[in-house]
Amino acid sequence: MRRSVLIAVLFSAIGTGIAGLGGGAVNFTASAQQKPETVEVKIDNFSFGPAELTVAAGTTVTWTNRDDIPHTVVSTDKVFKSKVLDTDEKFSYTFTQAGSFPYFCSIHPKMTGKVVVK
Amino acid sequence: MTEKKEEQLLNDHNHDGIDRRGFLKCMAWAGTGALCVMQGGVLKSYGLSRMPELGPEAMGELSFVQISDSHMGFNKAANPDVVGTLKAAVDKINGLATPPEFMLHTGDISHLSKPEEFDTVDQILKSASAKDVFFVPGEHDVLNDDGKQYLERYGRGAKGAGWYSFDKKGVHFIGLVNVMNLKAGGLGTLGSEQLEWMDHDVKHLKHSTPIVVFAHIPLWSVYPDWGWGTQDSAQALAYLKKFGSVTVLNGHIHQMMQKVEGSVTFHTAASTAFPQPAPGKADSPGPMKVPAEQLKAVLGITDVNYVRGQQALAVVDSSLV
Repeated sequence: MRRSVLIAVLFSAIGTGIAGLGGGAVNFTASAQQKPETVEVKIDNFSFGPAELTVAAGTTVTWTNRDDIPHTVVSTDKVFKSKVLDTDEKFSYTFTQAGSFPYFCSIHPKMTGKVVVK
Repeated sequence: MTEKKEEQLLNDHNHDGIDRRGFLKCMAWAGTGALCVMQGGVLKSYGLSRMPELGPEAMGELSFVQISDSHMGFNKAANPDVVGTLKAAVDKINGLATPPEFMLHTGDISHLSKPEEFDTVDQILKSASAKDVFFVPGEHDVLNDDGKQYLERYGRGAKGAGWYSFDKKGVHFIGLVNVMNLKAGGLGTLGSEQLEWMDHDVKHLKHSTPIVVFAHIPLWSVYPDWGWGTQDSAQALAYLKKFGSVTVLNGHIHQMMQKVEGSVTFHTAASTAFPQPAPGKADSPGPMKVPAEQLKAVLGITDVNYVRGQQALAVVDSSLV
């Protein structure tokens, strides 16, 4: 008798564990589908606008160069790096990790910005 | 053009500024270059528009031409014909009574580091009377590949990212690279490896040797807010303190400026492509749009003469004769 009770408890524990994992995965998928965030940063007059940005994890940030001069978008910590962007060209990066991501234009390093991911 | 004008500006050195009149004159320099003449160890700089008027006596011991910022590939409103304006600069060089010995190109040869942009510039420069061209890279020449293509094309035999030195008629020329590994928030950078090399390069030269240093970004603080300066240039200039005649030639800011500091004279050259605003006189250092007919009408026809101010050492309206 004792043995069968133990087995039942064990099964129920495993079951809960699986349900817990499954529930978490479902919730994650649901939230990503509800908020497919895309945020724009415009490059104008040798500056990033907005220069500082706070977004949720999973957000894609798109930079558009609206200057007559090429620029780049390069993470100071080497997390992301665009090719050179000529006028009207875009660069996108999806932020999956929380943290602070400072970046700059490697051609005009006075141009700096930051994306904070919550 | 027969009347020689020399104008002093009252702006002080701390502002590094020029007045509106000087500013308009600077605009006139789009599409031209500068002729540099070494005479008695002192380098003089002339606008290319004046070259046909210069007699053999003005040519000194050594004459060469500096051109800069051709930005081949640029096609926006500020100048949709950068091929035409570079050709116009070459025509002016070829109009010289005494052909210059060689040319210096102080960077931003191309706009986007595309092979065809470099090819076009090379092709146009082949028609210049001066056959040798010594290059240093601008930030537009080292895009996407950390300067690999630039080194293959122009930097063979150079050290590091493309720095080198050579001698012509007793004058020691040093080509420096200050557009690599730029750090967020910073200015142009030479870096310790290049500085060490430079220290070594000049150590054994006689103090009387005239020195010409050329690099893309100004080696003096023209306007740090716009990145118009080089953060470790003081170290480079310290190596040159012992020399009696030092000339520093830069591009990058698309306008002519001069400054004298002790035995060091700093010059920046105009662009052959498009003008940029005077320091702080616009929201950003982007290309200045002027009507095409105005740009062409003013090509190389105006004297720009920067001279020393009476009190503060001024960046003044510049330099022909």
